[in-house]
Amino acid sequence: MNGIHDLGGMHGMGPIVREENEPVFHEPWEGRVYAITRAIGAFGKWNLDASRHAIEMLPPADYLRMSYYEKWLARNIGLLIRHGIITREEIETGKAATEAAPALRRLSAAEAAAHANRRDRYSRPDAAAVARFVVGDRVRARNMNPEGHTRLPRYARGKQGVISRHHGIFVFPDTNAHFQGEQPQHLYSVRFAARELWGDEASPRDCVHLDLWDPYLDHA
Amino acid sequence: MYIGAVHAHGHAHDHEHQAVPSDPALRTKALESLLVEKGLVDPAALDTLVDAFENKIGPRNGARVVARAWVDPEYKKRLLVDGGSAIAELGYAGSQGEHLIAVENTPQVHNLVVCTLCSCYPWAVLGLPPVWYKSAPYRSRAVIDPRGVLREFGLELPEETEIRVWDSTAEIRYLVVPERPVGTENLSEDDLAALVSRDSMIGTAKVFAPKPKP
Repeated sequence: MNGIHDLGGMHGMGPIVREENEPVFHEPWEGRVYAITRAIGAFGKWNLDASRHAIEMLPPADYLRMSYYEKWLARNIGLLIRHGIITREEIETGKAATEAAPALRRLSAAEAAAHANRRDRYSRPDAAAVARFVVGDRVRARNMNPEGHTRLPRYARGKQGVISRHHGIFVFPDTNAHFQGEQPQHLYSVRFAARELWGDEASPRDCVHLDLWDPYLDHA
Repeated sequence: MYIGAVHAHGHAHDHEHQAVPSDPALRTKALESLLVEKGLVDPAALDTLVDAFENKIGPRNGARVVARAWVDPEYKKRLLVDGGSAIAELGYAGSQGEHLIAVENTPQVHNLVVCTLCSCYPWAVLGLPPVWYKSAPYRSRAVIDPRGVLREFGLELPEETEIRVWDSTAEIRYLVVPERPVGTENLSEDDLAALVSRDSMIGTAKVFAPKPKP
């Protein structure tokens, strides 16, 4: 979707504000939101791509106004309601309704330490997908504007680049985010010259690499 | 720009005398209580997850990887060929770290990592990202004006240096291996690791040799 989350190349967002000796979490609730996100992710009711898309669906003004963990909190509540795990009334009243909770995988304290380090796998080396490109090929990112989730940023659409690396076959976010299956596709690192992306004002030496799936690309 | 008393999300806090918790704090509490009451979440598991990222998984892990690469050319080769396996050799792996690519800074090439679409970051070696990395100003400008961004971080690169920006649009995570500063030939691996900052592994800083003791 052409959403506010697709920030690459925008102007007017202000200076980069850094904080010396920044804590991992500024307030205890931020740590709780982070941990709840991991714990409810273990239910297996949604996937990483769906979860990212849920943040993209926040109203644009809220997206810019809210802090990172406020966005995560809003996303978590939204996903839990949408998947029938809690109701809006329950979150508003803070009281569980009488009906039995759905049977879901509850992450135990013993499992949690390993879970923090859990290896999430997104490569699908055995999937039957055809690679249309090899390293060195000149490609053009498609001018596509799907309403749904995609990982092809607007600033690269229609632009020409070169395949610099073949990563293998990976879960395709554009379908996975919408529970239409993983439909794994070949993934490449594509090198775009800064001048191709941004015009003659950009340095002739600089470049931007994006990781792009096969269906995002055409031969140039 | 640095901030002190005011947090990056734009409001001042007084931790000592905070009478009323902010709204997200209340809402988080409500959500946690509800999930616990329903038997879906174990608060002890949440404690463990918070502890892991506050105390165990952080940029010191990445610094150890970089220091090892500096002192052990064979390790560096393995790191640049297959980052995921190389960090696993040192015991680091896991969330968002599996498909890790290490990119090396040289006198000719400077690498800079961003995620313009969300906040992808190599958790296994750097922990959770700082607020600025997740912010709109960094995400919007790192790709269109990397030299301006680096200048804001106090890093002026010569025109002849190639800047390679890595926009983390997939599940590949990027770790910058900064240049080893001259004058550190006699430092131990531990001392070298202590020099490596988080920002140098994102690409917004260089690593400098320690100042000679007077």
